[in-house]
Amino acid sequence: MKKATESWVRVCTLTDIPPLGSRVLARDDGDIALFRTDDDRVFALLDRCPHKGGPLSQGMVHGDSVTCPLHGWQIELASGEARAPDVGCARRVPSKLEDGMVWLAL
Amino acid sequence: MDMSQVPVRARQKLVVVGNGMAGIRTVEELLALAPELYDITVFGAEPHPNYNRILLSPVLAGEQAFQDIILNTPQWYAEHGIALHMGKTVNRIDRVRRVVIADDGTEAAYDRLLLATGSTPIMLPVPGKDLAGVISYRDIHDTEAMMAAAACKRHAVVIGGGLLGLEAANGLRLRGMDVTVVHLGDWLLDRQLDAVAGDLLRQALAARGIAFLLGKQTAALVADAAGAVAGVRFQDGEEIAAELVVMAVGIRPNTALAQAAGLHCDRGIVVSDALQTFDPRIYAVGECVSHRGVAYGLVAPLFEQAKVCANHLARLGIGRYQGSVLATKLKVTGIDLYSAGDFMGGEGQEEIVLSDPAGGVYKKLVIENDKLVGVCLYGDTADGAWYFKLLREGRAVNDLRDSLMFGESAIGDAGVQGQSRAAAMQDSDEVCGCNGVCKGTIVKAIQDKGLFTLDEVKKHTKAASSCGSCSGLVEQILMSVVGTDFQQTPKTRAVCGCTDYSHGEVRQAIKAQHLLSHTEVFHFLEWRTPNGCATCRPAINYYLLSSWPHEAVDDPQSRFINERVHANIQKDGTFSVIPQMKGGVTNAAELRRIADVADKYQVPMVKITGGQRIDLLGVRKADLVDVWRDLGMPSGHAYGKSIRTVKTCVGSEFCRFGTQNSTQMGIDLETMLANMWSPHKVKLAVSGCPRNCAEAGIKDVGVIAVESGWELYVGGNGGIKTEVAQFLCKVKTAEEVKEYAGAFLQLYREEAYYLDRTVHYIARVGLDDIKARVVADAANRQALYQRLLFSLQGLPDPWGERVAGGAKHEFIPLKVIA
Repeated sequence: MKKATESWVRVCTLTDIPPLGSRVLARDDGDIALFRTDDDRVFALLDRCPHKGGPLSQGMVHGDSVTCPLHGWQIELASGEARAPDVGCARRVPSKLEDGMVWLAL
Repeated sequence: MDMSQVPVRARQKLVVVGNGMAGIRTVEELLALAPELYDITVFGAEPHPNYNRILLSPVLAGEQAFQDIILNTPQWYAEHGIALHMGKTVNRIDRVRRVVIADDGTEAAYDRLLLATGSTPIMLPVPGKDLAGVISYRDIHDTEAMMAAAACKRHAVVIGGGLLGLEAANGLRLRGMDVTVVHLGDWLLDRQLDAVAGDLLRQALAARGIAFLLGKQTAALVADAAGAVAGVRFQDGEEIAAELVVMAVGIRPNTALAQAAGLHCDRGIVVSDALQTFDPRIYAVGECVSHRGVAYGLVAPLFEQAKVCANHLARLGIGRYQGSVLATKLKVTGIDLYSAGDFMGGEGQEEIVLSDPAGGVYKKLVIENDKLVGVCLYGDTADGAWYFKLLREGRAVNDLRDSLMFGESAIGDAGVQGQSRAAAMQDSDEVCGCNGVCKGTIVKAIQDKGLFTLDEVKKHTKAASSCGSCSGLVEQILMSVVGTDFQQTPKTRAVCGCTDYSHGEVRQAIKAQHLLSHTEVFHFLEWRTPNGCATCRPAINYYLLSSWPHEAVDDPQSRFINERVHANIQKDGTFSVIPQMKGGVTNAAELRRIADVADKYQVPMVKITGGQRIDLLGVRKADLVDVWRDLGMPSGHAYGKSIRTVKTCVGSEFCRFGTQNSTQMGIDLETMLANMWSPHKVKLAVSGCPRNCAEAGIKDVGVIAVESGWELYVGGNGGIKTEVAQFLCKVKTAEEVKEYAGAFLQLYREEAYYLDRTVHYIARVGLDDIKARVVADAANRQALYQRLLFSLQGLPDPWGERVAGGAKHEFIPLKVIA
């Protein structure tokens, strides 16, 4: 979903995020969680689990998903969708990696 | 391997002969493992999609409709790209051309073939067996025939007083027929019950209006003028009227197709532990199979086979089927019976019997060498699943013996209002207190989604997925809904879905192969996922650290958030901070600093914990490091699978009853165990006299001072299930307390499975074994104690490390770079 005001901003370098780890971008309208997979892909989601609002950034990253620390829901990093049989979606924030720099579309 | 680099290869062809529960379950397991590997074709002789054969009895009894018991709809096959041939019987396999041919001429080529042809009911070879009105009880067609007969005929005779026969008799009786059950044995269900329980069952069914002829042998079926069955004549010459005869005397594995194809068969199609037949391209599962000389007729073993077979079809090549232990339950509403194992009893075995014929309750437990080997329950079967668990685990029951007969609820429970009898619960009663799941929700999910295992129920309903204390209750519900055929949680369960290896096997491999990292473990044990999941990674991390202290490197990304940031996450994403306060002893300076921190960081709540510590709740993550710096106290480890607290009473220094300095003992123990990681949390307590004000009786290690020394207790637990600690030994000196307690904890650290508390570990290996290695064997105790001290040597205080600047990225949020 594109907003008229959306623009790409630089947030950090790839190395700022540990492999299989995450960082948080603090925002007034809701924190954004950035995740790095084992093979150095970066994804960004709104830092709220669709279940009970748990901070996904504090979860464990494995494969292409993250497990919420509160009740163990598994969220697909690329889509923000909860893995079946759970149903729900964490909002996705477009991200890209260029020359070791992580960009978000905010 | 990057799949886009390799040339696209045609998918392999898998043909499944048999559209029943075993075959389709295998396909489902296979799709979960390797969805893209095969083009799948399924042949089914019946003109229906896969349905739950177990639930035919409720359909016959009018309690469910046929559409309620369909497991896989035609859409399911379509969605998974499976070519489905319903109503086509495969009658030839050409193993040279690798093609199967159906009766209508349809051909399908295969690379792998799965035979799941099920079984055929045995028809007694008596004159008249082919008459109209003589049927078996096997599929939906038979069920419909019985329902049609019940609508217009009066007399039904069921030959065979086994599970299926009695369920058929009950259903026909409910549909208004006069039913007589003819049985060759001396009592009903003579393979599932002993004589006493069998007689109670006969009385209960007789009270429902079913007549019984026991010890009777059928000689012939008599025809009427129109060529339909009219009666049954016995060997002794007696004859009774019957317009419907149901043969339920047993099943025979359906091997005709396999035999014609030249595959080796005995009772069934002979398969290996990988469910492979003598032709390596052909696998077989289900009732048609003969595995280690046994052919199974219940669903639970078939599902175990399906799991293993799918694994091999997916070319993962791990997992072996090693046979199943069976339990029996009759699906006749209102009649509860349950049996498992060797329940007849005999030489060298002891029996515990509770018999109340007037109340309709009979229970027999058979014990051999301190282990439960058989159980036969009638009237009250609520504890069937629990007994079955004890039986399969082969756990020593001498410590439970007094209360064994009274069931699991007699052992103590909390959190479910003492409610432990699934059958007595209302649909609106809460089963899972953690996630607020009611019985009705669970029952509905089991029926709607066709669930058979505890894990499936956990996934779909969340019941038993948090603290797990209601697992037994959920298993009971599962059992009462699907009958015997639910899948018992296996004894040696895999760590998680990423592997088929159990905790014990993973730890063994780490030790034997000197594995030092997750990557090495994943590679050596051929993990299915590239980097595990939130379940296996923390377990492996613990096994690595405990097996190779000071060698294996702690992986922060394999730590649950609490252990990664050394504080306890709360529901709103803030954290709780509990500083170390050895033995629960503090002073004015520490209290002042705590008060100052609470003010400065606007901590919403300050609370005394159950373990005699002070908890600052609601600290923001970004403030954690500053809070720790200002406190100037080490971590209290209140967040980890680690040493938690040593609770103490004031002891001989102040108390007029105190016999020893329990406070100092507690401080010494906590100093010794500082920063210790363990399979689960570890709590200790030291009381200065037998009044036991520190509640040492419900701690992992409880120490109680007496005038002449110290008593040590282990395996207590005050949590989910209250467990009283068991006496380990008595020692004289404080130094000995440290040595014995340390040795016990090291044994637990080295051998317990991840997330097992000491009570679970002791239940698995037995207290006698622990006493032998910790108390009796002094050299071994010393060695254990030294290994513990070595592991703990030089471990840093995690808060201090972070105050000094470690792991900064965890605590500082990112900002948009201008």
